[in-house]
Amino acid sequence: MLCQRCNKNEATIHITEVSDGEHRESHLCEQCAEADGAVVKTPTTINQLLSSFIMAHSGVAELAELSCPECGLSFLEFRQHGLLGCANDYEVFTQALEGLLARVHGEDTHHVGKVPARGGTQQKRNMKLLRLRRELAGAVESEEYENAAQLRDRIKEFEKQ
Amino acid sequence: MKLTELAKRAGSWLQGEGPLAGIVISSRVRLARNLAGYPFLSRCDHQQKLEIQEFLRQQTSALATAEPLEYINIDEAEELDQQLLVERHLISRQHAEANGARGMAYSASEKISIMINEEDHLRLQALQPGLRLEEAWQEVDRLDDLFEAKMGYAFSSRLGYLTACPTNVGTGIRVSVMLHLPGLRMSGQMEKVVRSARDMRLAVRGLHGEGTEAAGDFYQVSNQRTLGASEQQIIEEFKNQVVPKIVDYEQKTREKLLAEHAHFVDDKAFRAMGALQNARTISSEESLELLSQLRMGVTLARVSGVKLDTLNELFLRTQPAHLQQIENRLMSTEERGLARAKYIRQELNPN
Repeated sequence: MLCQRCNKNEATIHITEVSDGEHRESHLCEQCAEADGAVVKTPTTINQLLSSFIMAHSGVAELAELSCPECGLSFLEFRQHGLLGCANDYEVFTQALEGLLARVHGEDTHHVGKVPARGGTQQKRNMKLLRLRRELAGAVESEEYENAAQLRDRIKEFEKQ
Repeated sequence: MKLTELAKRAGSWLQGEGPLAGIVISSRVRLARNLAGYPFLSRCDHQQKLEIQEFLRQQTSALATAEPLEYINIDEAEELDQQLLVERHLISRQHAEANGARGMAYSASEKISIMINEEDHLRLQALQPGLRLEEAWQEVDRLDDLFEAKMGYAFSSRLGYLTACPTNVGTGIRVSVMLHLPGLRMSGQMEKVVRSARDMRLAVRGLHGEGTEAAGDFYQVSNQRTLGASEQQIIEEFKNQVVPKIVDYEQKTREKLLAEHAHFVDDKAFRAMGALQNARTISSEESLELLSQLRMGVTLARVSGVKLDTLNELFLRTQPAHLQQIENRLMSTEERGLARAKYIRQELNPN
């Protein structure tokens, strides 16, 4: 079915309006429905942003090979789902993210808001914890229970610091 | 069903007492936080998710909040309870429909709620009636301080609070207002609003946030930018520029409609009133549409004898999960249509 308004695009949005006791149906394409205010177009998704960014980026191959040593997320996986795997990804993918962050948030990509009382002083410790937890998950998965128990103790010890 | 009592009352954020309550339904400020030392959720295994859930549940119950927080395990909750929380804007639809260890907690007034293991480990939310962004920010800021005293957040001095999605990084703040804009919708001007909002790095969404339709002429406007501006700047821009501009546009449009087509506006409102007072069965789409037309008539003082609070409550409690919770049983679409019409008749007919 073609859009009733422009008669060009396929009608993908079907609206039943009830006014003056009558049901009125309209069949519109996305653009015409949006122009009508009947649907609100979701803002550009991060995937679209990423794809267009990557296309404009010269070192595509380089980026594709990047992956995070802490959580194992590869850049391609990030591109696919739009979600990062751990705090360290912001470091590993920093080059690719910079352009993306500027597009989403504007040119100024430095945090100027609230800072937690214990601030960024613990970043190193946090990365270490992240690594230990990853090793633990790996040990459990490959059924190395002795190793897992040791790692669990080390994590506990570390958390106390 | 555990949440039947919740379904029976109106959230205090819905009581039409707030500033600009005719157009601004509610103000919300949400913060995204992650625990340091754990991967973000997409890279957490089952055990890690359980650990995070359990840790945050314990911390939540020990927090010295002004109002105590009630914890709900979303993974184990009945679908109708999950749905009710979505309808009340206490959790996202995404959170209700996900799998795995996850939870939420809310205060009795529903002005504070938190989600555990949604897209980020922790999402804190403050909700206020009308245009009250400053209060909502202060509330959620305090809550954030309480949590932060007990745990390390993933944070970098350059990029701020680190979030699973880079669109939230920095302040992790999402400021949003729920607006009722029947005038702009009726006169076909929503497109202009959506376009200029986008130019200002704002998102315009439907009744239940991301990916939902603008049912009943309700629109959620929220910030996109979370990095490079402070929380205060973002709130102030919203309070002093964004919202007043849209509200003014809606008001002017309503005045113009009244000046040029008063009979048309009246006809819509009174027909809506008639249909709502007499319908024997009604779908949720139709009731949203008619309640919206009646609400505009009431806020323009063209229809008297109906309180704004009554209408706001009807919007909330005619939703599917609310109807079923109030009746305390699962109902088919047809049964819901009958129950919805009956409930609306009771509320809108004197005696």
